[in-house]
Amino acid sequence: MNPHRKRAKTVDRVDSADSAAVSSESTQMRPFPSKPLSVDRVNSVESSDSSRMRPFKDKILLVDRVDSVESSESSRTSQFAGKVSGFDRVDSVEARVDSAGSTRMSRFPDEVLERVLALVDSHKDRSAVSLVCKEWYNAERWSRRHVFIGNCYSVSPEIVAARFPRIRSVTLKGKPRFSDFNLVPEDWGADVQPWLSVFSTAYPFLEELRLKRMAVTDESLEFLSKKFHGFKALSLLSCDGFSTDGLKAIATHCKNLTELDIQENGIDDLGGHWLSCFPDSLTSLEILNFASLNSEVSFDALEKLVSRCKSLRVLKVNRNISLDQLQKLLSHCPQLMELGTGTFMQELISGPVTEFKNMFSNCRNLITLSGLWDATPLYLPVIYPACARLTFLNLSYATLRSDELANLLSHCKSLRRLWLLDTVGDKGLEAVGSCCPLLEELRVFPADPFDQEILLGVTESGFVSVSRGCPKLRYVLYFCRQMTNAAVATIAQNCPDFTHFRLCIMNPGQPDYLTKEPMDEAFGAIVKTCTKLQRLAISGLLTDRTFEYIGKYAKNLETLSVAFAGSSDLGMEYVLQGCQKLRKLEIRDCPFGNAALLSGLTKYESMRSLWMSACNVTMNACRVLAKERPRLNVEVMRDEEGGDDSQANKVYVYRTVAGPRKDAPPFVITL
Amino acid sequence: MDLINFEATELRLGLPGSTDEWDKKSTASPVNTNNKRSSSEMGSSVSDETGSSRSPSLAKAQVVGWPPVRSYRKNIIQGKKSESESGSGMYVKVSMVGAPYLRKVDLKVYKSYDELLKGLQDMFKCNIGLYSEKEGYKSEFAPTYEDKDGDWMLLGDVPWDMFLTSCRRLRIMKSCEVIES
Repeated sequence: MNPHRKRAKTVDRVDSADSAAVSSESTQMRPFPSKPLSVDRVNSVESSDSSRMRPFKDKILLVDRVDSVESSESSRTSQFAGKVSGFDRVDSVEARVDSAGSTRMSRFPDEVLERVLALVDSHKDRSAVSLVCKEWYNAERWSRRHVFIGNCYSVSPEIVAARFPRIRSVTLKGKPRFSDFNLVPEDWGADVQPWLSVFSTAYPFLEELRLKRMAVTDESLEFLSKKFHGFKALSLLSCDGFSTDGLKAIATHCKNLTELDIQENGIDDLGGHWLSCFPDSLTSLEILNFASLNSEVSFDALEKLVSRCKSLRVLKVNRNISLDQLQKLLSHCPQLMELGTGTFMQELISGPVTEFKNMFSNCRNLITLSGLWDATPLYLPVIYPACARLTFLNLSYATLRSDELANLLSHCKSLRRLWLLDTVGDKGLEAVGSCCPLLEELRVFPADPFDQEILLGVTESGFVSVSRGCPKLRYVLYFCRQMTNAAVATIAQNCPDFTHFRLCIMNPGQPDYLTKEPMDEAFGAIVKTCTKLQRLAISGLLTDRTFEYIGKYAKNLETLSVAFAGSSDLGMEYVLQGCQKLRKLEIRDCPFGNAALLSGLTKYESMRSLWMSACNVTMNACRVLAKERPRLNVEVMRDEEGGDDSQANKVYVYRTVAGPRKDAPPFVITL
Repeated sequence: MDLINFEATELRLGLPGSTDEWDKKSTASPVNTNNKRSSSEMGSSVSDETGSSRSPSLAKAQVVGWPPVRSYRKNIIQGKKSESESGSGMYVKVSMVGAPYLRKVDLKVYKSYDELLKGLQDMFKCNIGLYSEKEGYKSEFAPTYEDKDGDWMLLGDVPWDMFLTSCRRLRIMKSCEVIES
């Protein structure tokens, strides 16, 4: 990283179209440094319909579908591909004078450009910006503070560090999503340590790290806490490999910590002592979430911590904190915006319910409520005073029944997001439909997913009730044991704005329970009606017809999850051919074979990844794919005892600029 | 040890107990379902905080990673189940003669009658004394429990493990109330 890069005197000739627009802006521009151009104008340069812009418009559109770090390296942008890596090592952008005269050239100094681009947050927009021209590429890379890496193996830490010299915040995702459901063996990879090692020299001022499905050790957490002195925010979701000892290191050494967000990880909980490791001098905490940890923490330490952190806005405690204790905590932080309660178990509560009636009366900023473990009709009403302002209510750990839910929801008029357990039944969902007209997101989790003898839970009727009362629904995750095509068609009509539709009929391959037909028409209705659909998860008995519908109609689809579905290779082929915006495809237990896999040969580089397990793919087809597409990593996971070598039981394909990974364990074969 | 019904525990695709139905609908050649690694994971995913009460449902084939519920949530669910099943001896109510309200104890926390009695004595600040097979408890109190059949039994007669599976609730009575049958 050369800090002495020269300022470009003029914009590259290649960008005449850009510069024309830009220079007209610059005449209106006030002298720097007062008011920089607003972001709106930067975007409009790109999206202008002027015919002079057209050669660049295509490139910019392509980038929309590509992950930020990979964009410049991807094969689509081959014009820059060779040059991109060269840019990283160039010290300065060459100054060039336009021989035709200077009126059309911009006098847009680097610093101004960087200042403007600093306002661009979305990583997709930044990808687009970086492809406009060399100068914009450089200005973008110097002004970027946050990098999002959707697949840790698509790029290496060295490449990231070389391209972006001034990163303060990193989001990193590792294992394929099906690892959440035990389909990926341990020690598969996604170790965060190689990243931390590179970052310790490249980004010593790193402030934020958000990890999802990464392997994290206590040693890495200690390394993080000691090598990055200004470190502020750590978020770990669905990670594994560490224990509460790692949290001790974070609490002890990160003097400026603002966020510690520990969610649903495979963590070895050795005790709650880590919380007591926060020094008395630490007052900067804004977000603390330890709801998913089982061990008891010292209430005294917690109370003192909460009292001295005046900026605390998110507090999610674990189940060991009783209602009495929670009341004490709330008295110290009435400014909270998000609260995760402890247990409502009656046996642990010392006083009658009237003692808690003022618990929430000072919490005027509270908009999110979760936890509510062991909530019972007796003590649940203590939250009623806070309900009118709530926009997100997470009841997925409270086994409420329909009447309890109805009573609660009658107070929650502002809800936008609601998570439930299916113990509330269809009647509970009727209450949702009648009480929450502003609802945008609903998730219904199964209380008993593995006990096949139980026939409780929710059905198609509950879903239809919600759709009637909540036309603004965009995001649904619904676990049920029975569904009909007609119901889903009605739901689609009622809620045409779905962007995320994830339906899980829990018995694999189950047909419409009334007509006994496949569920093809259900998903057909969804993709035909909901044109904004970005994410779809399908289930039930499904033939190739479902995939024909998806390929034909789901033109905005980016993520598709398929299990126990389809009749032949055609199914997968329809999707690969038709869904132009597809980025992530995960398939398990489907009869898709080599022809299907290879039909996507030219498509996979425009996607983040493909997962296929328990399908009909052989090693030879994987080898062909790997040979034809060197910019993909084609990984096959081998079964323990060898078995049939020609069957490729678990295949993971992803695009990468980092080549085959060097840390693959013995059971992962990269072809 | 019960004999394991291999066919019933076999991992396969499709509805439990309905192989034929699945094969008819799919024209695919048989997919390799011999996934040893996954079966060991499956074993751990349904293990056994809840103990013997889970075994009837284990006999049905369970597909790995299905339904797609994250491990964290799965563990919560299994934890909840074991708590609510008081028949298998988790939290049970304890009433004490003369006390205005009931308490609850987690039987799982104790490994033996001695520990349980000590816990009860601490909770109610009373002295129950030692158990004797012939004479019960030589103090003014007698710890009893209601079993699955609804009968009130003296604590200590049956082995601890059997007690755990049959105890529905506890009651500390006065010795003079205990009727010798």
